[in-house]
Amino acid sequence: MKLTGAEILCETLTRLGVRHIFGYPGGAILPVYDALGKSKLHHILVRHEQGATHMADGYARASGGIGVAMATSGPGATNMVTGIATAMLDSSPVVCITGNVSSKLLGSDAFQEVDITGITMPITKHNVVVTKAEDVARTLREAFLIANSGRPGPVLVDVTKDAQQATAEFDWETCAPKLPAKRVRETYDQAQFDRAVELLNSAKRPVILAGRGILLSGAVRAFSQFAQAANIPVAMTLLGIGCFPASDALNLGMMGMHGEAWVNHAIQEADLLVAVGMRFDDRVTGDLRTYAKNARKIHIEIDRAEINKNVPVDAALIGDAGETLTKLLPRVETRDHAAWMRRIAEMKGDAAVRDIQSLPDSGHLYAAHVINDLWKETRGEAVVVTDVGQHQMWEAQYYHHNAPHTLITSGGLGTMGFALPAAIGAKFARPEADVWVVAGDGGFQMTMSELATIVQEKIKVNIAIINNGYLGMVRQWQEFFYDKRYVATPLVAPDFVALANAFGLRGERVTERGGVIPAIRAARESAETVLLDFRVEQEDSVYPMVPAGASLHEMIRRPNSPLVETAAEP
Amino acid sequence: MQTLVAYVENKPGVLNRVSSLARRLAINIDSLTVGPTENEEIARMTLVAHTDAKGGHRLEASLEKLVDVLLAENISGRSVLERDLALIKVQADQGNRPHLMELIKVFRARVVDVAPESLIIEVSGAVDKIDGLLEVLRPFGVLEMARTGRIAMTRGGDLLRPPAGAETPGRVEAPVCTK
Repeated sequence: MKLTGAEILCETLTRLGVRHIFGYPGGAILPVYDALGKSKLHHILVRHEQGATHMADGYARASGGIGVAMATSGPGATNMVTGIATAMLDSSPVVCITGNVSSKLLGSDAFQEVDITGITMPITKHNVVVTKAEDVARTLREAFLIANSGRPGPVLVDVTKDAQQATAEFDWETCAPKLPAKRVRETYDQAQFDRAVELLNSAKRPVILAGRGILLSGAVRAFSQFAQAANIPVAMTLLGIGCFPASDALNLGMMGMHGEAWVNHAIQEADLLVAVGMRFDDRVTGDLRTYAKNARKIHIEIDRAEINKNVPVDAALIGDAGETLTKLLPRVETRDHAAWMRRIAEMKGDAAVRDIQSLPDSGHLYAAHVINDLWKETRGEAVVVTDVGQHQMWEAQYYHHNAPHTLITSGGLGTMGFALPAAIGAKFARPEADVWVVAGDGGFQMTMSELATIVQEKIKVNIAIINNGYLGMVRQWQEFFYDKRYVATPLVAPDFVALANAFGLRGERVTERGGVIPAIRAARESAETVLLDFRVEQEDSVYPMVPAGASLHEMIRRPNSPLVETAAEP
Repeated sequence: MQTLVAYVENKPGVLNRVSSLARRLAINIDSLTVGPTENEEIARMTLVAHTDAKGGHRLEASLEKLVDVLLAENISGRSVLERDLALIKVQADQGNRPHLMELIKVFRARVVDVAPESLIIEVSGAVDKIDGLLEVLRPFGVLEMARTGRIAMTRGGDLLRPPAGAETPGRVEAPVCTK
């Protein structure tokens, strides 16, 4: 069957199981758009190509599959860069398709020509230029294979215009992927395995550090069985949240810079850390010289390059998290760690009474109240997509996730503007889900043009803006470390309710604690997207906090009395 | 210093990916050589990098993650044969030429070009040997030098072959799981 490269592209995507493409047309990708119109693929027109990549990323994270983004050459392609880097840092399988000028014009500085494969080389798992129609199908199939195998990541396929326009014979059998046959390393090491088992079965104060690798591996069940069998408390990274039920007795909560004090103290006092699918990022370790000094470390990790990168380990089990945990399970002896659990409970100490939730209503609205009420109202079952900053940390602290893939957030790159487009992607992946955007007033303004995408696509997501009039997390750092010199952090925002109205959406402003639950209920009951503008305490800070570069146990704790003087000690 | 050997797909852009990776990891490359192998679709690289064993491991593991890298192996600390080749143009006149020839003989180098005012000397061997020759030639006046950079091979039965089946690649299709 003779088809054009553009038709082959659409046919290949269809056969690969793709149903949604997030993109923005332009001259160098027009042949593909023409073919898209004749296909069954659903194209979602975004308002900025960064949005397309975040949507594809959100789609991938919510579905466990691959997200697809599309853009034209030049500025279309460069606008994707932030979204690609976001996907790379969080190992998200995204395939980006860009058009480019005709192959004979490559390198000539033609209109809207840019070397996008050169630009994205360090932020993609792989990228490739296609200059011939006959290579389109095979290359796309290879891209999908690469994006979602091993440690997943983004792949960019740049297709020149002549490759889209030329015709070629299309046959599914003959365009099978042909990837270089790499050496397969034997990663299973019996000595390391035995050592890990010995450490596991002899630890007195063990802690499991659970990361996103568990979710990517689809190993939620295997992980739970392992943690229960070993009877070891579980601390999670930000991206690991959801891989283990927050309601489980073994759950400690999130670790790291804004982890609860007892979680970080438990890590510092542990005699064994079992790291699963996490990479000892600086935001979870603090100062490496003082990190968990008395603990032996087991690292279960698919990526060899992560072993001993930041933290030297005693046993490295390289491989898929699920497979490794399943192999370990029969060797694990269930130990009684009652004394250790008591010690951790003791470390919780006064944390609960310091918590803002324990304080009487002072008339002030705190972000923590909003998140807590959102959690209660949605019974913890919503898919929450956050932006980056204070609200993101409060979400991680106060929204208790029990199910996998219910928190979608930019961890590694920390990309402001991620939430709204990623939530749109998540909604397409899981139309039945109650999808909530939780964003700050700063990040929301970065990509709020995607509200038009919501309207055009007639989808429903709920939007909670945690509006404090500041770039809150930066303001917090200025408060703590720059003597309250608030340079460039006070932020003017539009009237978000009026803004929602301008897009044809409903909006509501909430300024008191009593208004939170009714507003959330009304939003959930509405068939259309509702934007809630929560006006929260302006100079609230996220506690506890491990200052950047400090030791993990050197936390700035929650103040005993909140910053609002009207509240009394309970 | 860490020495790595890699087999890569012999196609455009692969060298860029390898060098770009080292740059991203903030590892300085001391020398990088690329040459064809007996299989024209596969090239062999020898990469010498200014880093410690930890950096060497990271470089090796990261290189292997590149799709076009078929195999990467850190051979530092193994029994390795290393070779570097240099062409050195040195000032030489009637007066000092005999003395120069004497030195060249000691280093088992060869004169490959003779001109009235200069000689080109070809020398190959371990890096130390070439550095040593260079040192003694300096007083005569080194006009120009070209070096290939190191190539390395593990000795004896320690074989580093391109992975079998590299000529007939292909893998199973990955599932696209969308809900």
